[in-house]
Amino acid sequence: MTYIFQILPALLSGVKLTLGIFAITLVGAIPLGLILSVGLIPKPKSILGKAGKSLLEGYVWVFRGTPLLLQLMFIFYGLPIIGIVFDRFSAALVAFILNYAAYFAEIFRGGFGAVDEGQFEASTVLNMTRWQALRYVVIPQVVKIVLPSIGNEVINLVKDSSLVYVIGLGDLLRAGNIASARDVTLLPLVLVGVIYLLLTLILTFLQKRIEAAFSYYR
Amino acid sequence: MLELKNINKSFNGRPVLKNVTLTIEDGKTLAIVGPSGVGKTTLLRIISGLEQADSGTMIWNGKPTTAQAMRKQGIIGVVFQNFELFPNLSVMRNITLAPTLQGVDQQQADATAKKLLDQLALTDQEKAYPYSLSGGQKQRVAIARALALNPQILLYDEPTSALDPLLRENVAEMVNQFKASGMTQVVVTHDMDFAKSVADTTYHVGKGGDDQ
Repeated sequence: MTYIFQILPALLSGVKLTLGIFAITLVGAIPLGLILSVGLIPKPKSILGKAGKSLLEGYVWVFRGTPLLLQLMFIFYGLPIIGIVFDRFSAALVAFILNYAAYFAEIFRGGFGAVDEGQFEASTVLNMTRWQALRYVVIPQVVKIVLPSIGNEVINLVKDSSLVYVIGLGDLLRAGNIASARDVTLLPLVLVGVIYLLLTLILTFLQKRIEAAFSYYR
Repeated sequence: MLELKNINKSFNGRPVLKNVTLTIEDGKTLAIVGPSGVGKTTLLRIISGLEQADSGTMIWNGKPTTAQAMRKQGIIGVVFQNFELFPNLSVMRNITLAPTLQGVDQQQADATAKKLLDQLALTDQEKAYPYSLSGGQKQRVAIARALALNPQILLYDEPTSALDPLLRENVAEMVNQFKASGMTQVVVTHDMDFAKSVADTTYHVGKGGDDQ
């Protein structure tokens, strides 16, 4: 027990970094994903529009199609070779936000696709503007549709944040691993697991509450 | 009175509507009939501005107009085949959303909506959400939603097809009640019996002409 209290401060400072990456990534990636998804929906007619859409699809393909670990290494160790240097924390945020925005964009695209075109048409014949239709009719439905998938990604993100280990950031996993190697005991790693479980437990609880708040209609 | 003259529309080179000319007279019910796939719904979508005609003109009370202009003036109300109620909004809010966005104050919009709900026997459904309503109730909410904007012409797309066959007579009765109160209505339907029970005039799409 005394040992646990000895290593707890180190683990908790690791938790702080983990939660920092987690929170900033969400704040950056969810709005970015929503904006990008709007570019993925329409069938553009102009050459510029088509090029823009292809570019977005390429971005989603690259960031969903390669390991996040590779993206982290590429941004922190690779880009300095061509003169683009990030500090460790910024490199982690850039990689996480770009990676998660690609996933969120696809989730939102699916959400928009799941709302019947007739909802836009009904809004149109009621003389509502396109923005009013989005704001009052379509986006509220999209949010309800995407909540389970977003919740899934959010829980993944807590665990994925441990990948920052590879670029030398002192997150929760690193703190546990150092203590475990130094004191030759499994206990720190068990504790790390327990802390991750607690974090995901809280997030699962929040997810259920939010989904319940949207269950007033079907 | 709304006149359509020589409306043409093709999809991918396949003509769907050829020189459609018809008149929607004030206070009358026009049935647009024909088998499925002949372009009845396309015609309704052109009148309501959801589809653009390739050529042809629309004339509202003697003056040339467009579907977009008619929408801005609130002339046309539409009741969709699947009703297209907003599932995230209560029955009340479904009806008051568009009027309040267009500057009617909330109290006035609520009062108008309540009156419509009473007329359509939906008083108890005011706070309900669309998923909990029966097909007939959904249709009446869709009608109330369209009427809340005081349209001059009410268009129905296949009003009997999403409902229990037993409700067909109720729908006919409702349409005829609106006619008695002076409403101009257009009913697109493939159901000839239903058309006969409501129509003053019938237009056959595909054959290109009026009866009566």
